[in-house]
Order: sequence, then C-alpha cells, then structure tokens
Amino acid sequence: MTIFQLLNGATFAALLFVVASGFTLIFGLMRIVNLAHGALYLFGGYLGLAVANLTGNFFLGAIGAAVGVALIGLFIDFGLLRFVRGVELRQVLLTLGVAFVLNDLALVLWGGDTFSIQVPAFLDGPAEFGEITYPIYRLFVLLVGIVIFIALGLLITKTRLGALIRAGVDDAETVSAMGVDIRRVFIYTFMLGSALAGLGGVMGGAFLTLYPTADSEILVYSLAVVIIGGRGSLIGAAVGSLLVGMLSTFGQVWFPELAYFVIFGPMAILLAFRPLGLFGKVA
Amino acid sequence: MLFTKKQMLYATLGLLALSLIPTLFPGYKTSIATEILIFAMLAMSVDIMAGFTGRTSLCHGAIFGVATYVVLHYVTVVGGSVWVGALLGVLAAMVISMIFAALAIRTSGVYFILLTLALGMIVWGVCLRWTSVTGGENGIRGSVAPAWLLNKQNLYYFVAACFAVVTFGMWKFVNSPFGLTLKGIRDSESRMRTLGYNVPLHLFIGFVVSGFFAGIAGALYAFFNSFVSPSTVALAQSVEGLLMAIVGGVGTLFGAIIGAILVISLENFVSLYTERWLMVLGFMFIFTMIFAPTGVLGAARNFINSRQKK
Repeated sequence: MTIFQLLNGATFAALLFVVASGFTLIFGLMRIVNLAHGALYLFGGYLGLAVANLTGNFFLGAIGAAVGVALIGLFIDFGLLRFVRGVELRQVLLTLGVAFVLNDLALVLWGGDTFSIQVPAFLDGPAEFGEITYPIYRLFVLLVGIVIFIALGLLITKTRLGALIRAGVDDAETVSAMGVDIRRVFIYTFMLGSALAGLGGVMGGAFLTLYPTADSEILVYSLAVVIIGGRGSLIGAAVGSLLVGMLSTFGQVWFPELAYFVIFGPMAILLAFRPLGLFGKVA
Repeated sequence: MLFTKKQMLYATLGLLALSLIPTLFPGYKTSIATEILIFAMLAMSVDIMAGFTGRTSLCHGAIFGVATYVVLHYVTVVGGSVWVGALLGVLAAMVISMIFAALAIRTSGVYFILLTLALGMIVWGVCLRWTSVTGGENGIRGSVAPAWLLNKQNLYYFVAACFAVVTFGMWKFVNSPFGLTLKGIRDSESRMRTLGYNVPLHLFIGFVVSGFFAGIAGALYAFFNSFVSPSTVALAQSVEGLLMAIVGGVGTLFGAIIGAILVISLENFVSLYTERWLMVLGFMFIFTMIFAPTGVLGAARNFINSRQKK
C-alpha cells in the first residue's frame, strides 16, 4: 500500500515538474509571473484531446498540444505583454486577465464535461512487480518527467540558448549590451515554458482528467512548487514538485477532505525561514 | 474638528445620495445597489493594501468569502443566532487575515501577489473539498437575515448604514498617523525601517484591518445572497475586487466605489445577454492593464491634462 502511494506521489510530482518547470523558466528569466499558466495547461489538455481524437494517435496529440500552446504563448508575449514591458505588476495582472479569457473560452469550446485522454494500448493497463500492480501509464509519466528534467538541465547548462538564458536571469541588460538579441531569447523561453504547460495538460489529462477548474488546481500546485523551490531554479522545481506531489498524495490518504491544506504547511514553514524559496536567489 | 467644511459637504451629499437610491431605483435595481455597496466595501479593503500599502493582494475575495461561509454555516447548520454568526464571520475573516498576513508580509511586489493568490486558492480548495462542513460544490443555502431584513428596501438601508460607517472608518484609518506610516512603507520600506518604524508589524496590522473590513462585507453578503459556494471564495472574487479598485484608481479609496458601480453594473448588464461574464472580466483586466493602469479616472485625468498641454 505504501509503495503504491509513493509511486502515486512520484508520478504526480513528475507531472507537476513538467508544468512548474515551464512556469519557473518564464518567471526566472523574464520576471513574468504567468498566471495564465494553468489555463495553458488546460488548453493543452483539450487541444491534445482534439488532435488525438482526430488522428487516433496519442503522441501526435501531445505534439499538437505543445505546439498549439507554444503559439498561444507567443501571442501572449508578443501580442499582449509587449505593451506592459518592464512593469511587473501590470504584467502579472494582465496574464491574470488572459487566464480568465482562456478558461472561459475553453468552457465555450469544450463545455463543462469531464474528459479523459485515451492513452495508447501499450501504455494502458497495469504493470506487475511481484506483489504490486501499478498502471503503466503513470510510470510512463514518471519517465517523461525525468527525461524532461534531464533535457532541460542539458539545455540550460550545455547549449548556447541555455547560456543566454542563464545570463539573462542574472543580468538581461548586460547580455543585450553584448550584442545578443535578448528579446528573441525571451520569446523562445516564453514559448518553451508554454509548450511545457501544454504537454503537461496532455500528460495530466490522461490520468487526472480535464474539467473546467483543473487549471486553477494545477496553477496552485505550480505556485506552491515555485514558492518552495525558488524562482528560476530547475533543481528547485524538481525538489518542490517532489515535496508537493508526495504531500498532496499522502494528504489525500490521511485527510481526504483537507488534502489541499497539507501543501500549505511546508510552504508556511519554508517562507518563515527562506522567503525566496529553497533555491531562490535575490533578484 | 472632525471634518473640514468641504468634507462635511461631500459627506452630506454622499449620505443623501445613499438614502435616495431606493426611491430613485426601486425594486430590482435597489438590490443591485445593495450588491454594489457590499462590493465597494470589498474593493476599498483591497485598496487599503494595494493603494495605501503597496501590496497587491489576490486573497481578499477568499477572506470575504470565509466570513460568508461562517455566517451561513453557523446560522443554518449550527442553528445559532444571526448576529453571533455575523460576529463570528468577521472574527473568522480576521483570523484568516492574521495567518495570511504573518506569511505574506515578508514579501513584496510579485511575490506578494503569488503568495496571496496561492493562499486564497487554498481556501477555495478547502471549501470545495471539505464537503461535510462547506457542502462542497453545492454550497450552503439558507435565508440567514433576520425577518425585518428580508424586505429588499430594509436590507438596502441596513447595508447602506454599515457602508457609511465602514467607509468613514477606512477613511479615518488611511488618514491616521498609522495609515500615513503605511503610505511611507509603500513609498520606501528601507527609509521607514531606518527611521525606526517596525515595518513588519505595521504591515501585519494593516493587512488584518483590511481583512476586517473585507470580513464585514462578506458577512453582509451572506445576508444579501442567502447562499455561498466555492465560487464566493474563488480567485474571480478577489480579481473582481482588485479590478474595482484599479478601475477606480488605486490609492484613492473612494475610487473603489466608482469601480464597484462600473463593474457590478456591467456584470448585471452583461448577464442579461450572455453567460460569458468571466471572459468579459478577463478582457476588462487586459485592456485596463494596457490602456488605463491608473484607472478610468486616472486615464481621463491624463487625457485632459495632455489636451490642455497642447
């Protein structure tokens, strides 16, 4: 039973990581708290569902969702946020407006019903390890989470774009003074972060189902992850996801009605000692 | 002197307008006016934080809704008296504010928004899932107002009286030495610290006072609406309160009243034609942020100023 819960916590944490890493990337580099991130997750789920139903292929659905949501991200950044560049408060509140519009638009397009994305046959069903049987799909989610963690880590530490992102986090002005088009780096980052939300929507849509308030729930979890992990830190996002994933899973077992409350505890303790999160740096 | 002559005049005009509304706008429109007054109180409490303390909060809707929940739960489920319920509601709002304040005052700027958003959403999540107490998605329904307030007009006058007292209290608060200290913190935290002010304590008290006013509005909302569900504590509620404060112009206190009139009237108008209020709310937020971040009044003032310069 406990191993089962541990796996549930770990797989949920993997999903959280995929979503929250996108959030923390945008937050870390651009200082933009994208409150539409939850809505992008939900949109990704619905888009993935639509594409998967159309093509009959789950993976095409996932790609479609990531690309589609990256384009929505491009529109948000290039079409809307450009008007409020540099003013943190206005940026945040603008993305909040976008979140409301996207959420309501999803309600218009897909209605209020609960949907579940059909996973491919070879990922469907249980896996057996001796005594324990566990859904293969959730293990697959865990694997994807780890792969994305490694891929993002490599992207940040080994590539030119990653170096630019890291430099941009520390001092965007100097980077642009060196002749780098930092705006382009920002746009790529925003699209990448959005794509991760969309991908998360498809991954989560297949085991948590999609419904109109799913965006708020995932947004709170992502916020908790970033508040615990610290702004812009991949390691922080991973540690935060694990903490939040485990706590919320065990919370649901121990106090089913107050599970939401359980993620609040560590957040509170942490803030008392480290207001910037575990791996956060002073801006 | 409590007021200057000019303030006396404005206060008298304001009270006159308040008392005339049921005659000028009878029936259904009186109810809308009641709703406007309740939300104006919420919006002003948001403005105490956003405008006078420089901390934009996204959890005031949750504080407001907690008071509503407590009143409805205490009266309909526990079966207690209305006034004790209202008192408990306001107290609960203050307790929640204290917890939130203790966590949030260490942060500022975007972090404050993030944290208050997360805290408010946790309230929403608990209200949604804690079915045995909150009734889950179905919420709690029950007429809690005492018999003499069941009449729409009487309820209006009662809310208007509370509104007048609360508005006066807030106005006194933001202009008190304490309120001026908050403004000082808004403008420069380090300067106030150097001058020897206990900044965290001031922020804490400011937050709880603002939560107290939001709680009064929430308790009155229980009288007005006779129903509470998770949507009362949802983010949309905080966002609406904040939008009212911003549209009216943050840091003006009374601007929030104009914001409430605009937003609630628009909500009632839009609801006649479409169910897409949240989308309209979202678009309003986007456009306000792009075109009129200092509020409708501020934008009008800027426009006039720029005309005059030419």
